[in-house]
Amino acid sequence: MQRIGVFVCHCGSNIAATVDVKKVVEMVQMEPGVVHAEDYQYMCSEAGQAKIAAAIHEKNLTGIVVCSCSPRMHENTFRTAAQRAGLNPYMVEIANIREHCSWIHKDMEEATKKAVILARAAIAKVNLNTPLQPGESRVTKRALVIGGGIAGIQTALDIADAGYEVDIVEKTPSIGGRMSQLDKTFPTLDCSACILTPKMVEAAAHEKIKIYTYSEVEKVSGFVGDFTVDIRKKARSVDANKCTGCGVCQEKCPSKKAPSEFNRGLNTRSAIYTPFAQAIPNVPVIDRDACLKFKTGKCGVCEKVCQAGAIDYTQQDEIVTEKYGAIVVATGFDTIKLDNYDEYAYNQSKDVITSLELERIMNAAGPTKGHLERLSDGKHPHEMVFIQCVGSRCSDNRGKSYCSKICCMYTAKHAMLIRDKYPDVNVTVFYIDVRTPGKNFDEFYRRAVEEYGVNYIKGQVGKVILKPNGKLLVQGSDLLDNKQILKEADMVVLATAIEPEPSVRQIATMLTASIDTNNFLTEAHPKLRPVESPTAGVFLSGVCQGPKDIPETVAQAGAAAVKAIGLLAKDKLMTNPCTAKADELMCNGCSTCANVCPYGAISYEEKEVNDHGIRETRRIAVVNNALCQGCGACTVACPSGSMDLQGFSNRQIIAEVDAICR
Amino acid sequence: MSSAKNQAEKIKEISGVNPLKCMKCGKCSASCPAFNEMDIKPHQFVSYVQNGDIEALANSKSLWKCLSCFACVERCPRDVQPGKLIDAARQLVVRQKGQTGLAPEEIPELLDPELPQQLLVSAFRRYRR
Repeated sequence: MQRIGVFVCHCGSNIAATVDVKKVVEMVQMEPGVVHAEDYQYMCSEAGQAKIAAAIHEKNLTGIVVCSCSPRMHENTFRTAAQRAGLNPYMVEIANIREHCSWIHKDMEEATKKAVILARAAIAKVNLNTPLQPGESRVTKRALVIGGGIAGIQTALDIADAGYEVDIVEKTPSIGGRMSQLDKTFPTLDCSACILTPKMVEAAAHEKIKIYTYSEVEKVSGFVGDFTVDIRKKARSVDANKCTGCGVCQEKCPSKKAPSEFNRGLNTRSAIYTPFAQAIPNVPVIDRDACLKFKTGKCGVCEKVCQAGAIDYTQQDEIVTEKYGAIVVATGFDTIKLDNYDEYAYNQSKDVITSLELERIMNAAGPTKGHLERLSDGKHPHEMVFIQCVGSRCSDNRGKSYCSKICCMYTAKHAMLIRDKYPDVNVTVFYIDVRTPGKNFDEFYRRAVEEYGVNYIKGQVGKVILKPNGKLLVQGSDLLDNKQILKEADMVVLATAIEPEPSVRQIATMLTASIDTNNFLTEAHPKLRPVESPTAGVFLSGVCQGPKDIPETVAQAGAAAVKAIGLLAKDKLMTNPCTAKADELMCNGCSTCANVCPYGAISYEEKEVNDHGIRETRRIAVVNNALCQGCGACTVACPSGSMDLQGFSNRQIIAEVDAICR
Repeated sequence: MSSAKNQAEKIKEISGVNPLKCMKCGKCSASCPAFNEMDIKPHQFVSYVQNGDIEALANSKSLWKCLSCFACVERCPRDVQPGKLIDAARQLVVRQKGQTGLAPEEIPELLDPELPQQLLVSAFRRYRR
């Protein structure tokens, strides 16, 4: 029989104003096992904790029930207090009489009755509690960063600077990500590549950082501190150790018709290519779908011209298996497809472009060498129209429900850059709201209006019509003047919504990290744990978690790195002892539990058992305590009832229910 | 005649539109081919319903200038569908004039050069159910 102490907290007036705490103390004393009960104003205070410790010593308590706030608030406080007084921390139970009772009820008599019932349930559970010991698992002191954009690079640099090894896996042939495609950055208008490439170079040169480009994560197994990851290094067809990066192969390659991914398909590239001049590594890859050698067998020009003999048509994909303690997801974003938005004529006219395409057009290394010109006829535009919120803030199933956050600022940037370089170009921006929170952001937008004469019109555009003379007719609203506007434009730029890079879905599945309906990765807590995934050991960096600009991405990348470092700095991890366990004599090895386990924590072993004198070898479920998160799915699924959750056993839960229904 | 509030509720019920979803982007007015003919503009429909000013809406020119082309319904990013609101307002007016049903054989005598054909189409769409 347990010797249980019950401690009822007033929480100032939070509980005591609605629950008669004295009455609760009086009532619980009649419960089986209870040898001590008292109330106090703030149980969580030093004095309150001292009362618990004193009662443990004086009354030789073996179990504790604290009637207070939610266990999310102070369970840890009371467990630690009990542990200091020599009690196993898992002998402490919380009856939540604040969030579940006093805060949601008004009638004192009823609320008191409910508080007593909740306390009774907790007492019934403690009567069946057994001391639990957390296990230990080891920590591999290396981190994996998935995605080599600014988020991934910054996270990797921060982890590496702390002295830990980091691998970056990037699926394209070079690190750099979206930021490498941008021309200038707001609100300072400095050159994007100029501030990014030093970081790329630093990451490449860092002795603790290993970069796998043109590679993808193929399989993840294991758990926090001890992940095993298969990385597919796609065949580059070029030996990175021999290649000198001279670029002759790209120059001589006769197949130059593949759309350039880096330039958003606005121009073409050779079949053997590096995405951009500052690519890291400066080693080209052969796009086998475009290469004549691979398509027809007749070419081999690159092999002939390569002085270093680096071309290797026989290269195969390679799988590298590596162990990691922490994984940071930094997979970034893409712009949404505009197929659902016929009214903006994106698919009808080359002169209707997305903002990311405009970045490439404005960039000196872009398809027009940085000259602003219409892609249809190469003519210089005189009227440019920007349309905001294309696919953002939509609840109509065509677009995204969220605000993409960066568009107001980059449109102000584009408008300013164009007005600055080409004062003859009139710029009109159709907007719904201008959202520019951020340091020096609103000032930046106002400069576009006041100093650069950008014409901002409040109202969305209804449609863009391609006229026979090649011009575009924009029909929009001017809500402040209550007018409908028809404007002839030479180019139309769509501030296209951003969405998580589509491949993040597979990565999230492999990591058992949860994603929301928009494919953004979910945080462990939206306010208090914003860079951690609910899956232990998985951290979030950059736009994969939600729309953000470069400064925010870099800040979050650093935060994710700190969390990863905090994990890698530990030699051993304490595991939660409230994990599932199979009763060996009852388990029949049916695999039902393994099929429902979301964490891959259950495997099977051929094990010799002694079933009432019968010795035989049986297939039995074995739970990996480091992986098990104690969700309880297996205990419900188990047809023989052999699976049980330690600390939340079926008997304990039934005892609680019985106590409530008594 | 029922109170303005009841009428507004009736319009919401007939149209199935929730005016609170509107974010005042104006894409409806930007899309409307009859914009210049209207006294109350498409993006204003929602606020008239929200404010219960059905009298003004019922007496507006817009009610009969709307072509029921449903471009605003198609393009509205918030799925508010202002075209359905004005359609419902039109029906309310027609119903108050005593017309609670419509049979195909009644259509020929309703034909009137002053009456927008779309009204008949819309009314027929609704009343034949």
